Amino acid sequence: MNIMEKQWYTISVYSENHVGLLNRISGIFLKRHINIESLNVSKSEIKGVSKFTIVVYTTEEWTRKIVGQIEKQIEVIKAFYHTDDETIYQESALFKIASHLLFDERQIQNIIKESNAQIVTVSRDFFALAKTGRKHEIDEMHAALEPYGIMQFVRSGRIAVSKATMPISEMLQEL
Amino acid sequence: METLKAQKKDSKKEKAIRISGAEAIIHCLLAEGVDLIYGYPGGAIMPVYDELYKFQDKLTHILTRHEQGATHAAQGYARVTGKVGVAMATSGPGATNLVTGIADAQIDSTPMVCITGQVPRHLLGSDAFQETDIVGISTPVTKWNYQVTRAEEIPEIMAKAFYIARSGRPGPVLVDITKNAQFDELDFVYEKCTGVRSYNAVPKAEPSSIEKAAELINSAKKPFIVFGQGVILGEAETEFKAFVEKTGIPAAWTILGLSALDTEHPLNVGMVGMHGNYAPNMLTNECDLLIAIGMRFDDRVTGNLDSYAKQAKVIHFEIDPAEVNKNVKADVAVLGNAKETLEMVLPLVDKKEHTAWKGEFDKMYQKEYDTLIDKDIHPTKEGLTMGEVIEKINVASGQKAVIVSDVGQHQMIACRYAKFKQSKSNITSGGLGTMGFGLPAAIGAKMGAMDREVVAIIGDGGYQMTIQELGVIFQHNVPVKIVVLNNEHLGMVRQWQELFFERRYASTVMTNPDFVKIAEGYHIKSRRVSEREDLKEAVEEMMASKDPYFLEVKVEKEDNVFPMIPSGASVSDIRLK
Repeated sequence: MNIMEKQWYTISVYSENHVGLLNRISGIFLKRHINIESLNVSKSEIKGVSKFTIVVYTTEEWTRKIVGQIEKQIEVIKAFYHTDDETIYQESALFKIASHLLFDERQIQNIIKESNAQIVTVSRDFFALAKTGRKHEIDEMHAALEPYGIMQFVRSGRIAVSKATMPISEMLQEL
Repeated sequence: METLKAQKKDSKKEKAIRISGAEAIIHCLLAEGVDLIYGYPGGAIMPVYDELYKFQDKLTHILTRHEQGATHAAQGYARVTGKVGVAMATSGPGATNLVTGIADAQIDSTPMVCITGQVPRHLLGSDAFQETDIVGISTPVTKWNYQVTRAEEIPEIMAKAFYIARSGRPGPVLVDITKNAQFDELDFVYEKCTGVRSYNAVPKAEPSSIEKAAELINSAKKPFIVFGQGVILGEAETEFKAFVEKTGIPAAWTILGLSALDTEHPLNVGMVGMHGNYAPNMLTNECDLLIAIGMRFDDRVTGNLDSYAKQAKVIHFEIDPAEVNKNVKADVAVLGNAKETLEMVLPLVDKKEHTAWKGEFDKMYQKEYDTLIDKDIHPTKEGLTMGEVIEKINVASGQKAVIVSDVGQHQMIACRYAKFKQSKSNITSGGLGTMGFGLPAAIGAKMGAMDREVVAIIGDGGYQMTIQELGVIFQHNVPVKIVVLNNEHLGMVRQWQELFFERRYASTVMTNPDFVKIAEGYHIKSRRVSEREDLKEAVEEMMASKDPYFLEVKVEKEDNVFPMIPSGASVSDIRLK
């Protein structure tokens, strides 16, 4: 892959849980006009250590520089970047759909079965579907349901684990 | 382990004293060896000022006339001493007025701690009087910042602030402290910070990279060194000089590296960059090995990156991993503190002389000297040149003065022609190019080096941006020497307008006040010179003065600074005229 060719990168940032850090990290992207395609912040495998999962569509050159700038922040322990091939990643989505469609439109039940979505709740007026998968799978499900009417839709940021090790615990012990 | 921790906690408690947050701040400063701070009081920082009043025998506070002046003074002090400069301000406008100086310190890697007052915790987010989100505002321009809302946090945060500001690649840190945290009491114990687990201040030098660097250095036919402020910040001057002398490699400085190596050292070949010397710029594109030491390949140094040293292998000695391969790809990156890495590489390099290669620098210097340097510093034409003023100061000061410059033509001339025998002697705003930096920075520099002469070289534009700091010079009798090179223009912008905008002088002509009268208003000895025959004597009078002194030199109005690499051009497209 050419270093100047754009592709999807997942940046994983291990950090202290510090209130201003999100602002610092987003500023690094802002300053370089690089759009954050998705962002997820959660706890990590290490107690007290947070993990940012950031998805960008850009060149490896820029990704490397951004990771360098992120690592420079005082509260950042370590940052990594990976291509899609190097990670196991998922997103989740929720669909809110009118309940009567479940009975009026037979096709909806097939869509739910085929897409391996879960019915989270059913009420008199609406039901909610949860779907976990790759972005394109969620997009396909969205496209299939759209003609029948979607009351609400939301998709989460990407969460990812790398295939290779990210040796954070050892690093923390050294520090 | 648990009992050990508990015991430690108990013994800590025994030593603790019960004091207010405001008093704790003073104790923190004293514990960090601070005896001088610059600032400006206001509502949200008043408890701290009240404590400053009580501790004035141990800690001097200088009231600048504007908060920006406080940051630049703290920067001048930090740059000349190598210690952390401290600036203080109130919330809201006090805090926002610090931002320019903070940004300047960030891009020029200056260790500085800024303390700002903030509205009480219960008013945060309510748009209270003089409330501003200074932590949010300063985030992109600080190395680290933090808002303290509880008195108990003060010792740990202050210790961390000083540690982060001074360690690794230094930079500015801002600590914002809410007013309730200043009033509230805490059990105060101070422990200096020795590390932050998520922050690796100095990357470990890899012996393999040192070996690879030595191999390249030993096999190079036309090696060339560019050194930056990393040599000064790392206090690596001795190791650097030994490295240059053993390898016999010609070395050129960046504007912030100036004074790290004696300007008259036989292997010192001048300045790189937009208004640098002819030889080091031209030969950047002829060397076979470029050794960058403690510098970051700023665009004003490299010109067009696509035609910058493409023929050369590059070794980058650098403390900040994010700088490696940022602008110029390094064949070998040597991470670490320059003092340590240069010491490691020194025994591995061969003793050599590059006589023929050095001769190329000398030949090109002669060409530059004949074409323009001689005319700049020994002019015979009518009208005073900035260069001859610098030359007179070199002579009168014995090349021993600290030179503080502002930003613009006079800055380029000062950096080109000022001579230095001692490190930490050239104080200027390099990365940010902050007009108004010079006068307050000179105050800080002088107060940090009372045994040395400090000469501020300032243009008539930048002078008027922070001219109010004359008040500090007068009130505290700070014996700085102020030289305003008055060309009645914003000279550098005017030069660009002349060269690149067909002489459309949009808003660059200045009708100036009587600067001598203004200085007199502050009871500062002053003099104006407009004739060549008076210059030498006036400079001598200024340098001999024990008191502050203001010298205005009326220079030629439309002189240009050459050589020049036009913006976006290659270093080898440098123009001599």
